[in-house]
Amino acid sequence: MAGLGNSLSYIRRRRAEERAVKAVLFLFALVSILTTLGILYVLFQETVLFFREVSFAQFFLDTRWTPLFLSQRFGIWPLVNGTVLVAAGAMLVALPLGLLAAIYMSEFASERVRRVLKPFLEILAGVPTVVYGYFALTFITPILRSLFPQTQVFNAASAAIAMGFMILPTVASLSEDALYAVPRSLREAAYALGATRWEVATQIVVPAALSGIAAAFILAVSRAVGETMIVAIAAGQQPKLTLNPLESIETMTAYIVQVSLGDTPHQSLAYKTIFAVGMMLFLMTLGMNVASYLLTRRFREVYE
Amino acid sequence: MEPIALDIRNLRVYYDDFLAIKDVNLSIPKNQITAIIGPSGVGKSTLLRALNRMNELVPGCRTEGEVIFDGVNIYDPRVDPVEVRRRIGMVFQKPNPFPKSIYENIAWGLRINGFRGTKAQMDEAVERALRAAALWDEVKDKLHQSGLSLSGGQQQRLCIARVVALQPEVILLDEPASALDPIATLKIEELMRELKREYTLVIVTHNMQQAARVSDYAAMMMLTGEGERSGTVIEFDRTKVIFTNPRDKRTEDYVTGRFG
Repeated sequence: MAGLGNSLSYIRRRRAEERAVKAVLFLFALVSILTTLGILYVLFQETVLFFREVSFAQFFLDTRWTPLFLSQRFGIWPLVNGTVLVAAGAMLVALPLGLLAAIYMSEFASERVRRVLKPFLEILAGVPTVVYGYFALTFITPILRSLFPQTQVFNAASAAIAMGFMILPTVASLSEDALYAVPRSLREAAYALGATRWEVATQIVVPAALSGIAAAFILAVSRAVGETMIVAIAAGQQPKLTLNPLESIETMTAYIVQVSLGDTPHQSLAYKTIFAVGMMLFLMTLGMNVASYLLTRRFREVYE
Repeated sequence: MEPIALDIRNLRVYYDDFLAIKDVNLSIPKNQITAIIGPSGVGKSTLLRALNRMNELVPGCRTEGEVIFDGVNIYDPRVDPVEVRRRIGMVFQKPNPFPKSIYENIAWGLRINGFRGTKAQMDEAVERALRAAALWDEVKDKLHQSGLSLSGGQQQRLCIARVVALQPEVILLDEPASALDPIATLKIEELMRELKREYTLVIVTHNMQQAARVSDYAAMMMLTGEGERSGTVIEFDRTKVIFTNPRDKRTEDYVTGRFG
């Protein structure tokens, strides 16, 4: 009887310990959620303050962005233009190269090559973005200027190319996951009909993995849109509406850096603009992340 | 003896160092249904997949010996495996239609094999294949729906139609009905009897009644001996003989259900 009582109390003590551990871990998880909510709260609050002084019409219908000048104008589109131009350029580099790399790894490389290549690619994703920024400014820009003499020292193209290389590993690695997840039986069916490796890869495996590839693509765009260092270093500080990548532009992120590092007085209207811009940026990336998540889910459903 | 479609000589298949099937000699008769039977793990599927060089898609797989098809050894280094697989088609255990429309499932195979006809000719080829696979009446109104929307039995017939469309000489079937219900199974068996008029069929099956029902010839596979892990063909004859009067005691034990 005594023995039974002891072991029961022992179990009770262990359960208490487990509950304590669980509570502590939950607190840590809570910290990250609370931080995110806190950031959102500040962002939202400051954005509301900004829109008390500037109307939505001024923000969305004007085509000039000059909050730091005497004649203040608050049209967001030049910054959106700069962001989209660089992000689109980056995707133009990253998507074809990333997809081809993924096809190679998933469909052509031997298991040994794949095992070496994939971690290597993922390490590449860890190169600090400031390195890519100076790579753009000191290596890509001079090449562009020798090819197209009208290229400005700070320009969208150079930043876009560097950014393309920066997100290439993300695109390649996520696309490769999607391709690799396509069931073997589909490949076998295609081979058994007399298809070549290239036909199987491009006409069967890629279409079957399309939603996964699209998810990778959107996630990469969202990273490109939010990327700051490369554009702050190499793309310039001239918000304008242009489609010419050889011109100097300014992205939303680069503008936020410019104001935060400059001598704009806090509490001024000019300072509050960065929260409105930040909110805009947040909504854009949030939208894309949600789209990516939904696509990935759809993609999972296909083969279960 | 009938004309020979595939002549297998001293075939050995290795997975890395493991000898999966050993010294198989077998002549597959033309326009007949040949069943490969035997207990699990003796290499029936491996043997089947050696007949259109599907095995070499498995890393570490190596094949020795010859498979003579149309006067040529398909393992000759000068032979293109892609061409081999076009002329010797395959249907798999689990239906595996492409995630494309019913129409595209068939048109795709034709297109990659150099089909250069008009849209009308393609429509005709698709219809012919679906009719040959006894699927046309069920799908003619929904050709542009996904192949995955069909039932399991219909999917398997779509996979057969996809192969038939290329007009191969031989069709290999790897337990084509094992994932299907009895009615769908009977339809597949009926279809196979239809197809043998034009094609040579080789089928792997675990189901002895199925082998007895559909096949003309049967090849019995067993491990090469007690404690061995390699399989080989121990007896090959007309199905009737295999089931009623086999020469090998092990065959008799197996087909009468005494083991396996």
